Amino acid sequence: MAAELMRVEDVSEVFGGLKAVSDFNFYINKGELVGLIGPNGAGKTTVFNLFTGVYQPTTGTITFNGKSIVGLKPYQITQRGIARTFQNIRLFSELSVLDNVKIAYHCHVKYGLLETVLRMGRYFQEEKEIEEESMKLLSVFKLDDKADEMAKNLPYGAQRRLEIARALAAKPKLLLLDEPAAGMNPQETKELMDMIRWIRKEFGLTVLLIEHDMNLVMGICERIYVLEYGMVIASGHPEEIKKNPEVIRAYLGGGA
Amino acid sequence: MNLLRRNDLIMLAFGIVVFAVLQGLMEEGIIGSFWKLNLMLIGINIIMSVSLNLINGYTGQFSLGHAGFMAVGAYVGVVLTTNFHVPFLGALLAGGAAAGFLGFLIGLPTLRLRGDYLAIATLGLGEIIRIVIMNIEYVGGAAGFRNIPHYTNFAWVFFIMLFTLFFIKNFVNSSHGRACIAIRENEIAAEAMGVNTTKYKIMAFTIGAAFAGIAGGLFAHNYYIISPASFTFMQSFIFLIMVVLGGLGSITGGIAGAFFVTFISAALANWPEYRMIIFALLLILLMFYRPQGLFGYVEITNMGIFRKILKRGGTA
Repeated sequence: MAAELMRVEDVSEVFGGLKAVSDFNFYINKGELVGLIGPNGAGKTTVFNLFTGVYQPTTGTITFNGKSIVGLKPYQITQRGIARTFQNIRLFSELSVLDNVKIAYHCHVKYGLLETVLRMGRYFQEEKEIEEESMKLLSVFKLDDKADEMAKNLPYGAQRRLEIARALAAKPKLLLLDEPAAGMNPQETKELMDMIRWIRKEFGLTVLLIEHDMNLVMGICERIYVLEYGMVIASGHPEEIKKNPEVIRAYLGGGA
Repeated sequence: MNLLRRNDLIMLAFGIVVFAVLQGLMEEGIIGSFWKLNLMLIGINIIMSVSLNLINGYTGQFSLGHAGFMAVGAYVGVVLTTNFHVPFLGALLAGGAAAGFLGFLIGLPTLRLRGDYLAIATLGLGEIIRIVIMNIEYVGGAAGFRNIPHYTNFAWVFFIMLFTLFFIKNFVNSSHGRACIAIRENEIAAEAMGVNTTKYKIMAFTIGAAFAGIAGGLFAHNYYIISPASFTFMQSFIFLIMVVLGGLGSITGGIAGAFFVTFISAALANWPEYRMIIFALLLILLMFYRPQGLFGYVEITNMGIFRKILKRGGTA
């Protein structure tokens, strides 16, 4: 069995009187592609926010790569190797497509303030590498011809792709995708599926994704967790999930 | 040879030519003493507006206390040169360091605030600095500090301005600068991309304050007396007008704004009461027809003819 990358034990998140996530247990192995599904308001994005340090868990432990990441700030967690995309796209909309990606290389830049201002030492070399690597990433996502375009002027599907490209530029070990296919047409969704599979292999990534599009989730995920009211009601292979009566009840209602 | 370094050298050469022409015109007496004084003021205001632009335009933190930092640099500078006979450059740097340090201290608590709240807090802090200076007998209190040696000349102003422009241009076009711009664009996304937002906000604030301090030193040594009345919050607003008029997030905009505002003030020297009316009208027209400022996010080095001279590939 592959090595474990992340383990989450008994995590709960309480907002005032509302328990958004309760006793959440989760693990993901290196190289796995796992899906997180559930009805609206089930707490999926809260889980992402807990993983990335936007929220701190009320109780429980989160271990990434053998070390606890509870209490770290979001930027520190990104430096440890977790990058994410957002459900409602959060690009740097007034900047060019290329600059959006370049910013994400930030935590890998070594040149200091003095080298920046005097333009000496590692500055030129590293800037050149960043530019080349960014263009390479953009061409993977078929955005290289739009490198100078302002991010806000891209079509919706391209903005989603740019967000993934930007997350990859931070060179993560674990990539969290929050509804990557939201608002895409079936053709775009299919392309996205292929792309997720491809980048996972190409970059040696572990991927966790939240998605409502069942074709996508069932098509590419190896394991699935189902959340309802902040609790995991089922987990396992896609085939098991499809047949699970609890899941069917959660999605379709009634006393199935 | 590296394209970026080549562009830097071309711009430096261009700067020196501009300096030589202006200096020559002054020595020939074609530019009279009134306009000479105003040219120096333009230079100092360019340092102020470009450094304020780093905080307001690039990092997106709305600061209104820039005149306060200028005052700190000015007073530290004049005390050192007048009372301790420190060389001019040393006094300027000490003034910049003092203002930068104060900016750092003030930045730590206030940069947790956002938008209007930060603006009000920095406005208040600028006033606190001024009133504290007013109550220190050692520096002359409200009557002002007298007998300042007249060290500032056009060359000092011009070359320190040039240094400031290069410093901020290089800072902005680096990973550090991109981190600041990312904070302006979307703070949550910036943090998710690994940017330590607190660190970079404070860094921008400190650098901006330090350059304001240096500009303050230049400003003070241009006169024989300075008083706290030169550093009121109205002065902070004037710097803000320069930045907004020229374009938030553009160095060219900062230069143009400083030039424009100082020029109008000088041209209306005999009718000072009309000055603010004209600025107000200009700002209203600007908000209607060009809300991003004269230059928006664009640099002159990315436009037409300059683009040809400097060639493509990461200008400015």
